[in-house]
Amino acid sequence: MMTSPAATLTASQSAVQPLERSPGYWRSVLTRLLKDKIALGAGGVILILFFMAIFGPYIVPADPYQSSILGRLKAIGSPGFPLGSDELGRDMLSRLIVGARLSLFIGLTPVMFAFVIGTVIGLLAGYAGGLTNSVIMRTIDVFYAFPSVLLAIALSGALGAGIFNSLISLTIVFIPPIARVAESVTTQVRTRDYVESARATGANAFTIVRVHVLGNVLGPIFVYATSLIAVSMILASGLSFLGLGVKPPEPEWGLMLNTLRTAIYTQPWVAALPGAMIFITSIAFNMLSDSLRTAMDNKG
Amino acid sequence: MLGVALVCFALVHLAPGDPLVSILPPDASQELAEQMRELYGFNRSYPEQFAGWVWRALQGDLGTSIASGRPVASEVIRAVGNTLRLAALATLIGFVLGGLFGFVAGYFRNSWIDRTASVLSVLGVSVPHYWLGMVMVIVFAAILNWLPATGMGTGDAWAWNWEHLKYMVLPALTMSVIPTGIIARTVRALVSDLLDQEFIVGLRAKGLTQFGIFCHVVKNAAPTALAVMGLQLGYLLGGSILIETVFSWPGTGFLLNSAIFQRDLPLLQGTILVLAMFFVVLNLLVDVVQTLLDPRIARA
Repeated sequence: MMTSPAATLTASQSAVQPLERSPGYWRSVLTRLLKDKIALGAGGVILILFFMAIFGPYIVPADPYQSSILGRLKAIGSPGFPLGSDELGRDMLSRLIVGARLSLFIGLTPVMFAFVIGTVIGLLAGYAGGLTNSVIMRTIDVFYAFPSVLLAIALSGALGAGIFNSLISLTIVFIPPIARVAESVTTQVRTRDYVESARATGANAFTIVRVHVLGNVLGPIFVYATSLIAVSMILASGLSFLGLGVKPPEPEWGLMLNTLRTAIYTQPWVAALPGAMIFITSIAFNMLSDSLRTAMDNKG
Repeated sequence: MLGVALVCFALVHLAPGDPLVSILPPDASQELAEQMRELYGFNRSYPEQFAGWVWRALQGDLGTSIASGRPVASEVIRAVGNTLRLAALATLIGFVLGGLFGFVAGYFRNSWIDRTASVLSVLGVSVPHYWLGMVMVIVFAAILNWLPATGMGTGDAWAWNWEHLKYMVLPALTMSVIPTGIIARTVRALVSDLLDQEFIVGLRAKGLTQFGIFCHVVKNAAPTALAVMGLQLGYLLGGSILIETVFSWPGTGFLLNSAIFQRDLPLLQGTILVLAMFFVVLNLLVDVVQTLLDPRIARA
């Protein structure tokens, strides 16, 4: 971060603007990531998936919504259907490509919202300490009494099926763990000398949090949040699989898996394809998250 | 505990719409609707309903299922029994396999065994288990025809013979994948940490045999591994809904699913409460057992 002249008005404040926030840190993380073959591979897969999600409708060989009675449940490699067709005769390849958009959307959005909301809650609890901390953290603890899958399903079951409701319920599921991580790192940072000295110079709470705390806690929280993406992808598609998320005829991998369940005796491998896409996506995110953690832990 | 009950209650009453819609015929008279509402207590205020529900729940009465007319408690208990059986078997498989993989990987660090085991454990935590269940059905039931695909057999379900056991093989194996991955990761980290510690180096210097050192490592790694196993059992109990749907296993997941789609509030509320209570009690048990195994925790 650049330190503007206004920020270094007093001598004491310039003393607490530490060198450890040099721009070199993130660059070195990136350099290490680029040297990591696994991270590169996983990143490549994720890029392809995003490309499919963004440009899917323009690159597909056939209309993903076009059904045909004659072309139902074709095997992989049938003429005109490179990856077979589903129970309504729609082209699987096209549906898998276009499905990336919704599947990634419903998997990534809850983690992003939970990242923002959880960080705010955790910062608040961690920085305020005392009674505020206890009230917030005990409330969060209540959610830990529910296994995450149960909570997600119960919430979206109660709210009713639909994309929006499943986004809400997954966001609620991921807020408590992120808030907990945010709270614990904030509590650690709060007692550091540079925060103490900033307070001694008369900086108000908002400035301290923004300038001194946020930069030091965002990294760990971000890494933790990325490790939740794979879980979120699996859960979000799982909700659609149960019929609680995306509604037909939209192409989404979990939903496709559900509607193709009846076909496992006639076209088993076609029926298994959407799940394979979810699997690949979640492996890629898990590996990238692992590499990111290693790259950021390395202080050398 | 009260917090958990409150969340269960709030969760269910978030549901939009009249809870009686599902059982009343569309042309029901106003009077009949009023009568039903009176019967189920939906006409009273929320705090009153909540207090009444908790009070009766403490006495073991979870109300009557709207859809089936049977007491919720007995339905839930039967389902929990089925789920528990499956989850216990899955946890056992997960513990044995995960412990074995993790131990070998930690012991022979950075060997090909270690690399294979860590790849396998990433796969284990990344796989969408409902899809894995489908693939299992495809391979072992549809193609090889070795094992039954769904259901849990007829007759006395608690008989431990192959006739019944064969129905459990596929769902339990599928379910065990996640605990296997997680336990393998934990045990690997534990063992590789332990081997670096001075007391092990000391023991080696004293001339203790490989087997002797092995025993020391097992003894030190066991409490944490057992704790992880206990927590995993809890997650499986709550998270089995997707797998139970794939295999039509008549457990809590199945019950939850039908409660959601039939908008059966008492059943939904009761099932979630029982599962959450199980989870909380299990966590408590894990803490107690861990303290018994490792007195240092109590002193800390």
